[in-house]
Amino acid sequence: MLAAPAFIVMVAVTLYPIVQAFIDSLSRIRLTAPDANEFVGFGNYAVVLTDPVFWSAMGVTLFITVVTVLVELVIGFALALVMHRAIQNLRGALRTAILVPYGIITVVSAFAWFYAFDISSGYVNSWFDWVPGVSEDLNWFASQGTSLFVIMASEIWKTTPFISLLLLAGLAQVPGELEEAAKVDGATSWQVFKRVIVPNMKAAIMVAVLFRALDAFRIFDNVFVMTNGANGTTVLSLLAYRTSIGRLEIGLGSAVSVLLFLSVVVICFVAIKLFKVDLSSARGGN
Amino acid sequence: MRRNRMVAATAGAALVATLAACAPDDGPPTLNWYINSDNGGQAQIAAECTEAADGAYTIETVLLPRDAAAQREQLARRLAAEDRSIDLMSLDPPFIPELSEPGFLAPIPDDVAEAVSENVVQGSLDSATWNDELVAIPFWANTQLLWYRESVVEEAGLDMSQPVTWDQLIEVATDQDRYLAVQGIKGESLTVWINALIASAGGEIITNPGSSAEDTELGLETDAGREAARILEQIGSEGLGGPGLPTSDESASLRLFQGDDASFMVNWPFVWTSTQQAVDDGLLDQSVLDDIGWALYPAVTEGTDSAPPVGGINLGVGAFSEHTDLAFEAAQCIVTPEHQAFYMVNDGNPASNTEAYEDAEVQETFPMYEMIRDSLEQAAPRPQTPLYNEISTGLQETWYPVSDVNPDTSPEAATELITAVLRGERLL
Repeated sequence: MLAAPAFIVMVAVTLYPIVQAFIDSLSRIRLTAPDANEFVGFGNYAVVLTDPVFWSAMGVTLFITVVTVLVELVIGFALALVMHRAIQNLRGALRTAILVPYGIITVVSAFAWFYAFDISSGYVNSWFDWVPGVSEDLNWFASQGTSLFVIMASEIWKTTPFISLLLLAGLAQVPGELEEAAKVDGATSWQVFKRVIVPNMKAAIMVAVLFRALDAFRIFDNVFVMTNGANGTTVLSLLAYRTSIGRLEIGLGSAVSVLLFLSVVVICFVAIKLFKVDLSSARGGN
Repeated sequence: MRRNRMVAATAGAALVATLAACAPDDGPPTLNWYINSDNGGQAQIAAECTEAADGAYTIETVLLPRDAAAQREQLARRLAAEDRSIDLMSLDPPFIPELSEPGFLAPIPDDVAEAVSENVVQGSLDSATWNDELVAIPFWANTQLLWYRESVVEEAGLDMSQPVTWDQLIEVATDQDRYLAVQGIKGESLTVWINALIASAGGEIITNPGSSAEDTELGLETDAGREAARILEQIGSEGLGGPGLPTSDESASLRLFQGDDASFMVNWPFVWTSTQQAVDDGLLDQSVLDDIGWALYPAVTEGTDSAPPVGGINLGVGAFSEHTDLAFEAAQCIVTPEHQAFYMVNDGNPASNTEAYEDAEVQETFPMYEMIRDSLEQAAPRPQTPLYNEISTGLQETWYPVSDVNPDTSPEAATELITAVLRGERLL
């Protein structure tokens, strides 16, 4: 009973739009042709699932998700260790400094990165022209590889603090005596890290990876601001946006959104299943 | 959809009730004018018309997003939800048929239509017309000119008093190893360029405007379409547009044109006031401004007039507005030649009414005012169809990047994609 108000609000703000989107996805609806709506069953899904544009967006989205989460995990872990080990009077300043990027609005950081790399107003080309491949004439947003590089770099810069914060919480839970015991037994730092710290933080790592993977899969702002999907950088959220909002094709756009939602559910499901297995095995191992 | 409407109506009613609670009980009705961003000229005109109305109405401006596509998205969504708060809208011409077809624009009374058409350039009238009826009120009209560096032209010995062709520009730029400032970004600017090339070659993107989505026929697989593709391809693949071409919009090409390696540029007249401003602010040398000349948009075929792009803003009156009569009155006040002349000087946007060009200040600010007027008379609008967004985006998907355009395959690819999209068989 006590949960009822919260439950009702949840239903109103999440379930209703999801159901409505599903219903819309079964019709051909165009906002600027209100009289031409027609029921097409799963026709919209057939169009979407047989279209190379959708699969290329799916590929790009998965690529961004995998690369950014892996890189963030590595950097995030390093930052978490630095924050964890930092001497007491530096700790506050260090944590604040590391968390600053996460406090910046994504659109703002996307514009900052865009203007830094932009060929006419950016400074990156002139600062880094000693790097092979970088020159004054390099147009970062003119090809898929370089565009994705900037998009992912911005994404990584922006959200690594989040992952390191979650990992820091995990690090705090690793019992100090285990580390000490390992050191007494002659373990190297690397062995301590691999055999003691990581196994004890598996739960925290899995939570961090799951949260970031779900976030990364729904990437929108960076791509929208930097390339708007040009040069093979269209991601699923952008495709849904372009179809629903840009083309005003509510039916087709809802179908893309529903498929995006289902993908997120699948990632969630797989991760939680894996997560549970890991959790129990981690406990069993200890 | 009905449930959607009900929800929208309830939310709308709640909003109106809240707004009404804030508004004073009596006093003149407020007209909301949804404007695109500018230098403040529209807000100034709104204030003047409010004063001129002498208590009959008050005009308040509401700012729309910066780029044209986002403006269309917001207006279309609001109008589809029958937003009563939209009295007046500043509309980008290509999207007018899309809003007019479902009845989102209030029909213009005959006497108003007659009054606001007087002395208006043809390009602007065409862009405000749908199904042979004036559906929007011409406000300002944009057109692109060919801007050139006098020094480059002199060295090449080109006679700019005669119409020049794209091939001549390409030749000069190649010979002198200089850049052509054109708009190759994947966006509306690219469609503007493609349309101008096809129209200048005597073709049109849609051969049967006004037909249904399924029956729309495209004129891309024609000599005109292939010729346009050839010019794009040559500029793109020979690097004449500079390394920034794939991301170059109007502002980026202006920066390129103001640089040391510039030769020619096609762009809207705002570049003139903008360059002057840059000189005044000390960002550019006066010698750059002195080196700039202008001519009519380049032709595709020698001896055939070019068809310059036309843009601008027309005013629409919202069909769901509660004060359409007052909105039409206000619109007539906004578009007077005096206001258009003021707007041209203040914001750098050319007038659609030829009378405004007689204004002394206009002639002083825009030494090329006659050319702008001529260009507007000669201009060809972008395809007029409620499906414009699909056509434009489809073109951008298949004719981008410019360096990859192929006269033999790109017209066919665009036709195939756009036709399938219009039939609802493909995504964009």
